[in-house]
Amino acid sequence: MGIEGIQKIGPITVSDPDKAEGAEIELMRRTCTEPISDPDRWTEEDLRRNLLVTSLDTVINWSRRASIFPLNFGLACCAFEMIATAASRFDISRFGMEIFRPSPRQADLMIVSGTLTWKMAPALRRIYQQMAEPKWVIAMGSCAISGGLFHNSYSVVPGVNLIVPVDVYVPGCPPRPESLLSGVQALYQKIKRQSIAKNDKPGPDTRDS
Amino acid sequence: MPRMTNPAPTQEIADRLEREIPGSVAERTDQHIAVKPEALLAVASVLKNTPELDFDYLNWATAVDYSSHFMIVYNVVSLKNNLSLILKARCDNRQDPVVPSLTGLWKGANLQEREIFDLMGIRFENHPNMKRVFLWDGFTGHPLRKDFALK
Repeated sequence: MGIEGIQKIGPITVSDPDKAEGAEIELMRRTCTEPISDPDRWTEEDLRRNLLVTSLDTVINWSRRASIFPLNFGLACCAFEMIATAASRFDISRFGMEIFRPSPRQADLMIVSGTLTWKMAPALRRIYQQMAEPKWVIAMGSCAISGGLFHNSYSVVPGVNLIVPVDVYVPGCPPRPESLLSGVQALYQKIKRQSIAKNDKPGPDTRDS
Repeated sequence: MPRMTNPAPTQEIADRLEREIPGSVAERTDQHIAVKPEALLAVASVLKNTPELDFDYLNWATAVDYSSHFMIVYNVVSLKNNLSLILKARCDNRQDPVVPSLTGLWKGANLQEREIFDLMGIRFENHPNMKRVFLWDGFTGHPLRKDFALK
């Protein structure tokens, strides 16, 4: 299963690393024009759920959402609000996610906090692909949602949903820590409705690279 | 209390440059010296290598787009004399703006000149690594130019 818009950035055989980087970015600029749809299909069709699996789902979803490991990934000023959220005053550990992992292999939530430039876009997608399933993405701040102030700029991606599928959008410029916590709560509600019985997994199957 | 860096006496320095390289100074005020781009390298060399002037440190370099022409602006500092000088070079050719690179004199010019090339499209002759630094290879146009079209 693949999700619309996610394509393998094909093998680029250029010896000059600068040229290879440029070719990858140009390819992304050409191909990433449509927003990737919100991966929320599994939240529908409650009635078709198997009763037996449902109680198992409840346990699995409870354990998943009660200990989310966010990725330590800050792009711009929103990152400081994310740091404040993690620090003692707002204390994200009340929701079971105090440890920000420095490696995508160990994280299951990416909080894209800040302006995403086209030069950073391949790195963002690569980090997303390196995260293990199940994985979720929060777009934090207007830049991550739509490009914000810079949506007409020559260098800024107008919305990270062109690059990776986004679960929760947290508006603000930057959003206050309370907003981010509210976004985390929204993500909890989403995870609650997830089911292991479906092949239609929450995240896109992007383990092709 | 002394200021951190004092402004250099531009008129005196311009007189001296005119003596050493006749016809090099295009414009002088109390704030800056503008030189002709073909004389830029010689002027910079005099500024750096004359013992009394001794401008041994390039603080920053930038460029301004005046629509009709470009102005490349350098701030050179003499750490020994505690003087700071604004040196400008005017570039009239908008199609293929070229000025000599100052990396041979001040190594710090390397990155600054690459940035100017990236965002303004001014080429620096004899620069060791004249390619884009912030934007990626394959980007078309130079976004800090006044005629760069936003989408």
